[in-house]
Parts: sequence; structure tokens; C-alpha cells
Amino acid sequence: MEIVYVYQKKRREFGKQAMLSDRPADIGLSIPPDPSYLKNYTERNPSHTEAQCCPDKSEHEVNTDSYVLTNRGILHTQGGWPKDVDATDVEHTIRFRKKIEKDEEYMRVIKHLGDCMEHTIKQNNAIDIYQEYFQEAPETHVSDAPSAKSLNVYRDPNSIKRAATYLSWYPEEGHKIAVAYSVLQFQGMPSNMSLDSYIWDVENPNAPDQTLTPTSPIVCIKYNPKDPHILVGGSYNGLLSYWDTRKGSFPVDTSPLEKSHRDPVYNVAWVQSKSGCEFFSVSTDGQALWWDIRKLSEPTETMMIDPEKNGNIVGGTVLDFETTMPTKFMIGGENGATFMCNKKAKTPGDKITHVYPGHHGPVYALQRNPFFLKNFLTVGDWKAQIWSEDIRSPIMSTKYSMSYLTDGCWSPTRPSVFFTAKMDGSFDIWDYIFKQVEPTHTVQVCNSPLHSIKAQEHGRLIAASARDGSMTLFELSEGLAKLQNNEKKIFSEMLERELKREKTLESAVREKRIKAAQKRPNSAFMPTGQALEELLKASEDDFYSYIDDGDGKLRDEAMARIAEYEKPTSS
Amino acid sequence: MSAAKDTNRDYNEVEIALNRLQTHKGVQGIVITTHEGTVIRSTMDNIQTPQISTLVTPLAARSKGVVRDLDPEDELKFLRIRSKKHEIMVAETKSYLMIVIQNPHEL
Repeated sequence: MEIVYVYQKKRREFGKQAMLSDRPADIGLSIPPDPSYLKNYTERNPSHTEAQCCPDKSEHEVNTDSYVLTNRGILHTQGGWPKDVDATDVEHTIRFRKKIEKDEEYMRVIKHLGDCMEHTIKQNNAIDIYQEYFQEAPETHVSDAPSAKSLNVYRDPNSIKRAATYLSWYPEEGHKIAVAYSVLQFQGMPSNMSLDSYIWDVENPNAPDQTLTPTSPIVCIKYNPKDPHILVGGSYNGLLSYWDTRKGSFPVDTSPLEKSHRDPVYNVAWVQSKSGCEFFSVSTDGQALWWDIRKLSEPTETMMIDPEKNGNIVGGTVLDFETTMPTKFMIGGENGATFMCNKKAKTPGDKITHVYPGHHGPVYALQRNPFFLKNFLTVGDWKAQIWSEDIRSPIMSTKYSMSYLTDGCWSPTRPSVFFTAKMDGSFDIWDYIFKQVEPTHTVQVCNSPLHSIKAQEHGRLIAASARDGSMTLFELSEGLAKLQNNEKKIFSEMLERELKREKTLESAVREKRIKAAQKRPNSAFMPTGQALEELLKASEDDFYSYIDDGDGKLRDEAMARIAEYEKPTSS
Repeated sequence: MSAAKDTNRDYNEVEIALNRLQTHKGVQGIVITTHEGTVIRSTMDNIQTPQISTLVTPLAARSKGVVRDLDPEDELKFLRIRSKKHEIMVAETKSYLMIVIQNPHEL
């Protein structure tokens, strides 16, 4: 029903000023109530209503933009010249100086100040109030509980979070950390994901210090220990690139697709060389490739990880290279075995010298003990194992942990301390001379699995990176970072003792096997056919000759009796 | 005549005083400046001298202000800044400042 009100106005009255005046109300339209509508409604009884007598309020939120603050310094070089002296004109300044020096007041002042100053200079020379007494006193035993305090968290600034898969500390001082970001789940990378990896400055968790832009996300990254400006990174598509931090964010050079790996490059390690430019990489496609960064167009050497020498290639997941042993290196494989390889082998078959089987799953971390080079740590499946080069079984291993272990490393300052990172987002600190049964301390980092854990060279700081892209920096308590008294001796004794134990066990097993083989030599040689007949005849003759008293008839009698026994069956 | 001789003598005395300061063990350099920071005399090289004068002079003025603010009857007698490598000592009067750098552990 449309309610319309119509009025007329002459055209010549358009635009005139409106003259408003009151007039009594008159009904334009009256709509009486229609009781039939009542059928559409039911009465509500009881009826609860709330009323409040207070002013209407509304809520607003405001978030100011955060200001980016940076620190800058200014160096003021010259100043304070009075107005009539031109600072740039040397003559002027010299004249001004000379004028002052002639001033009597100046001379008096200088004399007075000179005396004052001399007094303090002599004071300084007499006693050094800042001298440290008892500097040579041995440190008292630090008995603070082992702990790790988290200092900073560095989050991936991109909106699509990638896992921080590998991290590398800046060599020596360790004020920067390079972190490689990628998504390792097969086909888990969204198309608009950023490919960048970052270098973070330890002091500044708000923004990365530098960005590295590869063509494909980087899975592993390492600083060159000889030249801290150079980093090498292995990417998800198998290529290797190297960056120079002085030259910007794009790689200086990248290896060609045909010559690189066919699977993501899981680990790279720098090699001891005169030029400091060589490194090698390993991937689950079963290849270990050596490269020189000056010529990344093709690898200088290739090696297939082929422990059985029969063409079954094992993928490699970790590498270790120790600069003091330049011809030997180790590869951790996907099948849980660790391979000790010799770089100088003549034939490819000789490349792998030793195989150390031991893990149920891929070996995720492999590192030699920085103090005892013959022993190394492997981390894989649910436990960590310590090996000695001479024995094929681990000399020590931790018990199975509740969650899968993903990475581990030794402490660079204490020979018996190592760290393991777990899938539940925590990492364990093992102090092996203190307790072997369980970790000395466990630190929960975050809720997502940790991918990589690396200790800084001075031993005090640890960085752990996780699948949600965050990297956390921890500071260890002093007891865990400082070398304890006699620690080296105790740990080396422990290692030797375990080594001896394994050796004795192995030789005992071997002896037992040899003895068992010797005890039944004939059972190994069962003659058949004709040889058996002859043997039987010979033993029968022997038997009868023994029981015979001389007439030779015993044998015929025995034969007749046997024939009689057999006869009834035929009839 | 005698006035000129007096000034000469005073001039010499200034030189003597500065030399004596310099020969003390560990003294690395002396800089004399005005309150605005203008260098009048210095025994150090051309790079360090302006650095020292422009950095230390405002610091000395500030510390003088602090001492006065805390107690209006007090005044700054001497300012010493001990750093890991050396000690910076500042003595001042109404018009001039004397800055001495000393390293008492010089081997």
C-alpha cells in the first residue's frame, strides 16, 4: 500500500523563499488496527527485557604504527671558533692561537691547571686502583644448575612461513647467523612463497640484516670459515650457489642444472684447501660432488655413494669434514649407515673405506668431536650414538628418546657435552661425563619440530631453528660452556674404556664363532652317493674285525641273520 | 721592557709546565682548549686533537652543570674518565680546559 501526498505549485512560484507557518494538524491517512493480524503472533509470557540507564558507548581500537628506530652517530670535527676567526683560514687560526698564548691570564691558568693535573698523574702512576688481584687464582667450581636462557627469537618476516632448515654461525666472532629457509615437504611449497634466506644480526631480531635471493629455496647454507664474506648454499632443486655478502643479495655464481644434484642438497661442507675456495655437497640422489667456487660450471670430482659396490646407491644426508684430516671425510646415509671415505682412493670402488651401520633411519647429524678427532657423533632415528673410527659398532649410545631426533652437534668448548634437537620442539643437553642415562637438561623451544641446532664457536651461545620459521638464540649457563677441571682426561678415559669394551666384545664374538666352526668340522662335509657306500663298507669291516676272534665266520652269521629278518616280509 | 720580559718568563714557565707534564710516565698527550672547543695547544696529531677537543669539551661542560645542579655551592674540581685503554683527565677553569690522556700501564 503506497502512501502518497500530492500538492500543486505554480511554476512562477518556484525558487521563492519558503515561508513557513504553523497550521493545525490534519489527518492525512489513518490506518486502523486490523485484528486479523493478531493471528500471526502469540503472546510471550513471561517476558524478560533488560533496560539500562546509562549513556551509549562504543569501543574503538587504535594501533599506532611502530616507528623504526636506528642508532646513528655524528662526529663533530671542528668547532667553537669565535665569530671573527675564519676556521678554514690557517693564518687566522694561528694568529688567534698566538694571541691567546700571549695572554697573561692564560699563562696563570695553565700553571695552575698544570699543578692540578700533575698531582693526579702522579697518583695514577703510584697505585693502580683498577688492578685485579688474584687473577691467577683457579676458578672455584661453578655449581650453578645447567640451564639455557633464551635471548632472542628471530621470526621469518614473510607471511607464508617456511621452515628454517639450516643455520650457520658467522665464523670467529659469531655476531651474525645465516639461516636457510625452505619447505621440505614434498610439493608443499605454495607458488607465491618467498625464496629468500636471511642473515640475521644477533643484536637485532626485528629485521634481518641481509637477504639472499636464490632461484630456488635454499636447504642448507654454510659460511666459509676462511673468508666470512663468502657463503655457499645448496638449494631445493639440487643447485649450488655461492654468495658474497659484500656484493649484494643475488648469488655470485650458481652451478648448472645438468651437473648438479637431482635431489635437494642436504648438506655442504667447506674443504681444507690452499685457496680456501673448495667445498663439497651431498644429496639423497646418492652423489657427493666437489666444487671450486671460482668455477661452478662443473664439479671438480664426483662420487657415487655405493657401499655394496653393486650399483645400489644410498642417498646421503649429512657430511663431515675435519680440516686436520684432509683426505678422509664422512657421509651419513639415508639407510642409517655412516660411511668413512677416502678422497685419494684410486678406484671408485675404494672410495668408501668403512661402513658404520647403526641407525634405523636416515642419519641426520654427523660431527667429529672437536677434541677427540677419532670419535664422532651421529644422530638419527630416536637416539644419538658416539663411535670410534676403529669399531663398527657404536661405543656409546643414548637410550631411545620419546621423539624423533633431527639434528645434533658437539659443544665446541667442552668435549663431553653435546646437543640434540627433537621433533617435539625441544632440545636436549647431554653432559656425558655427568650422566649417560638421560640428558642433563632439556629445553623446550617451541611447538614445532626443530630442524637445526648449531653451537657458536665460543661455546656459550646456541641457535635452534624450527619448522615454523623461527630461530631462537640461547645462552648456556657457564658450567655448560666452560671446560671443567680434568674434563678432557676423564672423557678420554671414558672413550678409551668404551672402545676397549667394544673391542673385547667383538673379539669374544669372533672367537666363539671360530670355536663353533671347529667343533663340528665333519658335519660340514657330508659325503653322498658312492663315497657314502664306501664309507659304510669300511666302517662295517672295521666293526667285524674288532669283534671277531679270528675265524671270520661271525660276519657271515650276522649277514644270514639279517637276511632271515628281511625274508618274512617278502613271503 | 720589564713587562715584556715578564711575559716572556711566563711564556717559558708555561712551556716548562707542559713539558714536565709530558715527561711523566704514561702521558700520551695534552690538549688545551677554550670553553667552546677551540684548540690552543696540543701535543697530539692533527686527527686526534680535534676529535678529543670536540668530544670532551661538551662533556666537561655537562658535568660541570650536573655538579652545580646537584648543589649550587659545589663546583667541578676534576673530571676523570677511565677506559679500558687509558684515562682521560680534564681540569678546567672559567675560560680554559686542559685535557690529558694517560695510560698508566704502559709497558
